[in-house]
Amino acid sequence: MSGKTLRIDGVTRTFPARGRTPPTLALQPTSLAVAPGEFVAILGPSGCGKSTLLRIVAGLDRPTAGTVSLEGRPVAGPGPDRGMVFQSYTLFPWLTVERNIRYGLVERGLPEAEQAAIAARFIARTGLAGFEHHWPRQLSGGMQQRTALARALANDPEILLLDEPFGALDHQTRELMQELLLEIWEGDRKTVLFVTHDIDEAIFLANRVLVMSARPGRIKAEVPVPLPYPREWTVKTTPEFGALKARLMAEIREEVRRAAVSAGA
Amino acid sequence: MQPLRPVSPGARLLLGAGFFAVFLGLWLWVTEGGHVPALFLASPGRTLAAGWSLLTEYGFLGDIAVTVFRVVGGFLIAAAFAVPLGLLMGAFKPVEAFFEPFFSFARYLPASAFIPLLILWAGVGEAQKLAVIVIGSVFQLVIMVAVIAGGTRMDLVEAAYTLGSRPLGILRRVVIPAAAPQVAETLRLVLGWAWTYVIVAELIGASSGIGHMIMDSQRLLDTGQMIFGIVVIGVIGLVTDFAVKLLNRRLFPWAAL
Repeated sequence: MSGKTLRIDGVTRTFPARGRTPPTLALQPTSLAVAPGEFVAILGPSGCGKSTLLRIVAGLDRPTAGTVSLEGRPVAGPGPDRGMVFQSYTLFPWLTVERNIRYGLVERGLPEAEQAAIAARFIARTGLAGFEHHWPRQLSGGMQQRTALARALANDPEILLLDEPFGALDHQTRELMQELLLEIWEGDRKTVLFVTHDIDEAIFLANRVLVMSARPGRIKAEVPVPLPYPREWTVKTTPEFGALKARLMAEIREEVRRAAVSAGA
Repeated sequence: MQPLRPVSPGARLLLGAGFFAVFLGLWLWVTEGGHVPALFLASPGRTLAAGWSLLTEYGFLGDIAVTVFRVVGGFLIAAAFAVPLGLLMGAFKPVEAFFEPFFSFARYLPASAFIPLLILWAGVGEAQKLAVIVIGSVFQLVIMVAVIAGGTRMDLVEAAYTLGSRPLGILRRVVIPAAAPQVAETLRLVLGWAWTYVIVAELIGASSGIGHMIMDSQRLLDTGQMIFGIVVIGVIGLVTDFAVKLLNRRLFPWAAL
């Protein structure tokens, strides 16, 4: 277990008015601390601002008010200390799997041999052996996200930001990827902030689940997940898992309904 | 026939060759059949004969070489200027805001209309021929490259930022490689346009080149030579286009062009 404490203090985001559309409050003042080695899931209905929060932590979006800091140092923009995996496939199409994984290492100017060694380690850990020299377009969605995960991990970030990384995958692949991620996290306990709208996924992976309200988002509930690690997929059928799921479903249902009403659905 | 249904490679080849045959047949019919006086349109046979005498007696290969040199030279000068500038414009919006309005205006200036002015400035030598091609292609090229670079996927840029890239790293390692295949395809397209400009430049105030030969043949009413010259341009264009397409596929195996 290593890393730095992530602190989110009163972070607010308002998207400015555009033409006739009035300004939108996407995120109400939100505060949160994530300790080193935690796996925190942010659960919420779509459009609740959970991705906005993650993008602000990544430095890809700026808060209208409030601050984000990593071990006391304020976040002013994106940087390699906060690795990210996106929902959309963001591998560089012109680089092979192996070169994609090396991307951050090349930017850091590591010696060739060290780059190769690190890449090889994460290729093995993410089950990509044999695909090193494939182009991204030759890979399935699951394999692309494995590569994206390996690329983020190879850079050895302080914290891993995952924005619905398995959201575009089919159900079976998603479960497989969850187990892979859990295995990796159990191995090095790197701090993870994981955004999802999938209740099972949140419980299965995280040690703490934060439920966000419908837009404008705020953290409306915090649910610790006391299930011990290492977790196997069988944990999903235990009564403890079921009880947590029932509680989170109740919290989420209300928000989904509110989101649907405000969207006119 | 069903909409959008693909055709087999064999059938495609047959159909493609088929139209050439139809075209040639029509040409034979109107010329050999006496429907058009030979003075206005030479028959395929006479065209070939004229081409043979051009190549063997009049040193037409030299003309071809001169024209190719002009096309390639003018095109390379234009590309050397337009590609870097276009990439910068696409990547950095203030650069785009500075150049784009003028270049959008300039690309509508007809290159051929500059010829009299260019003759005044540069005479009738090679500089003038190259200048026509450069003027004809550089502005178009800049704008097209800028649009391609500006269309770089934002999520790739963001991913690069989270991996530690700085602005120059984004340009070097994301914008440029992402744009490269489309820029190469654009260069292929513009190379085709350069061929039309060079002929226009050679029709006026030239003493060599394919265009000059065509102009000379008109004075002699030799439609066979004129048509042969035009066909040669077409064949060279087709061959280079094919070669560049192949090269692009080799250079960018990841892009599935």
